[in-house]
Amino acid sequence: MNPLKCDYCDKPAVVHEVTVKNGQKNEVHLCEEHAQEAGVALPSHQPLNQLLTQFVISQTSKGKAMAKKPCPTCGMTYRRFRQTGNLGCPDCYQAFEEQLAPLIQRAQNGADHHRGKTPRRAGASDDRQLQIRQLVRELDEAVADEQYERAAQLRDRLRGLDPQSPGSKAVAEPDNEPHLSES
Amino acid sequence: MEFAAHCPWLSDDGPDTDVVMSCRVRLARNLARFPFVGRADDAQRKELCNIARQVVLSGNLADGMIWVDLNHATARDRQLLVERHLISKNLAEADIPRAVAVSGDETLSVMVNEEDHLRMQLLAPGLRLVELVERINVVDDAIEAKVDYAFSPRWGYLTACPTNLGTGIRLSVMMHLPALKLTSEIDRVRRAAKDLHLAVRGYYGEGSESAGDFYQISNQVTLGSSEQDLLREFDQRVLPRIIEYEQHARRMLVDDNATLLDDRIHRALGTLRSARLLGAEEAMKLLSRLRLGVHLGRLPDLNITAINRLLLQVQPAHLQTYVAADLNSEQLREARATLMRQTLQ
Ligand SMILES: [Zn+2]
Ligand SMILES: [Zn+2]
Repeated sequence: MNPLKCDYCDKPAVVHEVTVKNGQKNEVHLCEEHAQEAGVALPSHQPLNQLLTQFVISQTSKGKAMAKKPCPTCGMTYRRFRQTGNLGCPDCYQAFEEQLAPLIQRAQNGADHHRGKTPRRAGASDDRQLQIRQLVRELDEAVADEQYERAAQLRDRLRGLDPQSPGSKAVAEPDNEPHLSES
Repeated sequence: MEFAAHCPWLSDDGPDTDVVMSCRVRLARNLARFPFVGRADDAQRKELCNIARQVVLSGNLADGMIWVDLNHATARDRQLLVERHLISKNLAEADIPRAVAVSGDETLSVMVNEEDHLRMQLLAPGLRLVELVERINVVDDAIEAKVDYAFSPRWGYLTACPTNLGTGIRLSVMMHLPALKLTSEIDRVRRAAKDLHLAVRGYYGEGSESAGDFYQISNQVTLGSSEQDLLREFDQRVLPRIIEYEQHARRMLVDDNATLLDDRIHRALGTLRSARLLGAEEAMKLLSRLRLGVHLGRLPDLNITAINRLLLQVQPAHLQTYVAADLNSEQLREARATLMRQTLQ
């Protein structure tokens, strides 16, 4: 993926801010220079979560970070999956989606999404809460890994869920519950 | 476990049973909010067994469902289930909390804590995959009414191994291909199968040898096509070609090489009628010849059901159950030969 450019010049952005207010997404990407100009401290200087409202991420090389990060649900690592051939839990598919996708396509004759039976209870109400929590977590991770396109998709999916539910409320009013990445 | 064998696939009553001994459809399913079996701890695995037991026994899935706690089953009983194709070798030999539910007619089995939480399968003689896919769908719905499956809109039913992802469906047939073997055409079938993304395995599935010219052929791709499309491709495009290929090879043998054919068949019968020691593999190979002979009308005094039953009875656990004793491998060979002589006189 191309590194995102600064909103004000062509240099690579090192500070990223994505906020959602009243359902409107706002993204800010700044290079080192413009970040300082805007009075935003660089990740290495000061904890960003004191400066930016939410979804703020420090610079990490995405690929390597992804490969090393274990599945948040079961602690499985991608490396271990490659050794055993089996994933640890259903959530591993999201945790390692980026690396798994090409592998699955190879194993499945090029197919990269499901066509076929769907459980009747998928998305049933007792699962919505969990689904929302999962989406919120994925959203955090997507932003953490600078996958802004995916973050936007996830946000759309969150909005698609019942707006009355507590999960999506937390996203619509993020100030109550800031979603900050681990550094 | 009682011996009275009514394995569904023993019977000769099904379409294309001359080439397709039996067919099977299997679904892999996992429960949401549990780690996959390999990463679960024993407490979670026990909980999965309890949930499955509750769901399967109360679900009216089939008549006379029995629940077998494999941790309390004897090694022979577990092997018996493998020989009847009701559980996998892996499940039989695993060292974790695990179980299987089997219907009274032995057509349905639900393995618990194999590679996936649930592996449900239906077996039938001959080629009746359309019917089986319909039935397994009903079983799946009945189970799904009581549990939450791990499912993702993008990847479908989530499985421990990505090779089962999506539909989680595995269609397979046990094919008897003696003529293709005799005419050395079998390697061409293997190559063609590979090109068609099919797996060709031996009598007991993964990693087993193709004892007695029996080959288990199944779809490998589970993602990206609907169950119906996978079924159509396998059942209507792929299998008829292999069946026709074997039947053609059989006709060629009769037309061009009847003497060679009869020699092979009658030598097999002769050996089975007079041997004093018989290994399982040799017995299956010889029975395979008899099966071919019966289907080609060369052995009018024998019938397929009897031969199919012998194919089951020569397996170690069945043999030991039959003679009601634990046998070492030498004794097994002797008992096997005795059984053949008594049955085939
Ligand atoms: Zn700039
Ligand atoms: Zn996991």
